[in-house]
Amino acid sequence: MTLSATVHSDATNQAADAWRRQTSLRRLYTTLGVGLLLVALAGTMWFADEANAGHFFERLPHILDFLSWLVPKDWNDVWRALFDIASPHDNGTQEYNFPLGRAYVWGNFYIPEYFELMLTTLNVALVSTFIGFVFAVPFSFIAARNLTPHPVLRLIVKRFMELLRAFPEIVIAGLFAAIVSIGPIAAIIAIGLHSIGALGKLFYEINENIDMRAEEGLRAVGANWFERVRFADLPQVLPNFMSYTLLRIEINVRASTIIGAVGGGGIGEELKLSISRGFGAKTLALVLLLFTTIFLIDQFSAWLRRKLVGEQAFATGA
Amino acid sequence: MATMTADEIQAIEERFPQVFQRPMHKRFGPLLMLAGTLLYLVYAVWFFNLPQVLRESHWERLPLFLTQWISYDVQPIFPLDAPQITAKYPRFSVLGADPHPDWVKTNADGSVTVLVAGETRSVTFTRTEATIIANGMTVPVSMASGKPVVSGPVPDWITAHDEEVVADMGFAGEVRVAADRVKVRKRFLGWANFVFDPRSPFFEKSAGEVISLIVSGPELKPGTSNLALAIDNIWYNSQWQHGDVWTKLLQTIVMAFLGTLLGGIVAFPLAFFAARNITPSRLANQVLKRFFDFMRSIDMLIWALFFTRAFGPGPLAGSAAIFFTEIGTLGKTYSEALENIDEKPREGVLSTGADNLMVQRYGVLPEVIPVFISQTLYQWESNTRGATIIGAVGAGGIGLKLWEAMRTNSNWANVFYMVLLILLVVFIFDNISSFLRRRLSRTIHDYNRLQAERS
Repeated sequence: MTLSATVHSDATNQAADAWRRQTSLRRLYTTLGVGLLLVALAGTMWFADEANAGHFFERLPHILDFLSWLVPKDWNDVWRALFDIASPHDNGTQEYNFPLGRAYVWGNFYIPEYFELMLTTLNVALVSTFIGFVFAVPFSFIAARNLTPHPVLRLIVKRFMELLRAFPEIVIAGLFAAIVSIGPIAAIIAIGLHSIGALGKLFYEINENIDMRAEEGLRAVGANWFERVRFADLPQVLPNFMSYTLLRIEINVRASTIIGAVGGGGIGEELKLSISRGFGAKTLALVLLLFTTIFLIDQFSAWLRRKLVGEQAFATGA
Repeated sequence: MATMTADEIQAIEERFPQVFQRPMHKRFGPLLMLAGTLLYLVYAVWFFNLPQVLRESHWERLPLFLTQWISYDVQPIFPLDAPQITAKYPRFSVLGADPHPDWVKTNADGSVTVLVAGETRSVTFTRTEATIIANGMTVPVSMASGKPVVSGPVPDWITAHDEEVVADMGFAGEVRVAADRVKVRKRFLGWANFVFDPRSPFFEKSAGEVISLIVSGPELKPGTSNLALAIDNIWYNSQWQHGDVWTKLLQTIVMAFLGTLLGGIVAFPLAFFAARNITPSRLANQVLKRFFDFMRSIDMLIWALFFTRAFGPGPLAGSAAIFFTEIGTLGKTYSEALENIDEKPREGVLSTGADNLMVQRYGVLPEVIPVFISQTLYQWESNTRGATIIGAVGAGGIGLKLWEAMRTNSNWANVFYMVLLILLVVFIFDNISSFLRRRLSRTIHDYNRLQAERS
């Protein structure tokens, strides 16, 4: 192949110039953008470091010291802590009082304390997801542009769900802690209200993309709003609803752990205590249990979602 | 209306067996699921001991707390044992050190009238008797016998205890009459001293006065300009702590920003090694993907607790917690985006003999960058909400302040102030992020459309 001498007509010159201008402008913008981002990064890092109790470079050499308490004297203590088996290192302190937390069901059969706490956390997540689902489904049909019974009602429901979504969970938890006493019920109310907003939004977005032909068919035979929603719309969207609800369960397990740490009960509270007092074996047992549970729930829910709606449940397109 | 004959019905049933003769598990599946859910709920009610918790809860506090979000009260006490009745205000009253509010009047005969809500809801008292006026009724109370006694019938808005007579005036407040003192609680709508607290020289001055003082007044505090003094007084307002609240809010925003951005920076190169179409090594893919899963599953709370212990409480711990979680989340989403790319541009660049880095730069990056940015923005947005809550375990930001204000149970107005600020921040960030993401998704959409047209 021979490279022919380039022919410089005016048109090609102009095109080339325009292209060059465009790329250099673009490069300038990219550089500026990245530069700005780096400045912001450095600034915020400095700010975070300034405001923190301990400073980064001051604490960095000690980070391994900090981890040293995590290493238990005897690795078997991790299992003992997990299953509430008496430890030979028991010296009467809270660090090794493993059998104390046993919850006897009948006879000698007991549920280890941490499993019971994990169960509390899971139940908080499940019940609050259920609350979210039960309210989000009717709300989503009201809030969907194509299905709403009345536009004004739609606007009200949409705004209400936005408020529920943005309202900090911790404030609701704190408010209800003062009313129903501190504990899992306040956590359920807080996470449940948040779930209504979060699920409602996802649900009505699904509703707005449904196939309207079934709805029109039912409208033609004179079905009322409830009948149309029940027989034309719900069957189309239910698998997607379920998929998002499963995803919400994953999120809510994490949320209920966190709310637990600030007083909602469950495993979060125990973990916070254990870390703040530096109980190595207990902390490892808790982290292990929490990690395994969350991992298993994620995997199970991913499997179920794949079964319900196929690969689209994992689409990453923006 | 036409009705179908039995034959027609039968014919339809035969034509669509998949509708009318469904297998058992499909027919009863939903019913079983419903029954299972109901059973679970019964179990949950038992597990959380719901009836007892509800019996012991104090729902009457809810409206009280909610009114405290948007109102404040002043509670003067009038001791009756001194010869002259004077009002005593709590030490840190919102009215300042020496208040003389116009709703407390000393009459010519020595009696005192407190207007709880105008003349129609008020109390007038001397050392021996009080007259409570509310709801169109006038109720005299006599303290002459050493105990407060309601003369005549007791209306339902008054509770007569042995030592005290309590008159409930609804939102406006209440009056408590005892033999040796009268206590009044008067509630005002709004937030007290939101701008200047009682210690400030600008306290109780109108906006016009403050502005004229700032523009051309004599220096209130020698050596400082009035503007600087005003700003200082607002910033260090002892009741609202604007300075502290805004700094903590900024910390929360910074935590989300720093954590997400650093997570993105670290996840970016790792994602290329985790994507099976870019790095052909199964081992590297699997190891990195399990690593991402690990970082995600550890949970932001655990990271937050660990880093709070390592760095001490503050935004550094919060940023680090978000950073570690985001490596997992963003790494996973980035690598999934990379696995979904169109292979053609890559092959094209590869065929020109470009080296590996060049292939990634010109064959892969243009396609995934909008998706990456969009996902990072989404995470940033959701972390801005999440940062509030991990703050409460000590990881810095407004969360801890919020939690403390709630735990003391006294300062719901401050809580509401912070909630409003958080809502505002979340609202602004939602809009910025969804605006940017919409722009980006248009780019992605255009790209996809061009691809479709070409093929």
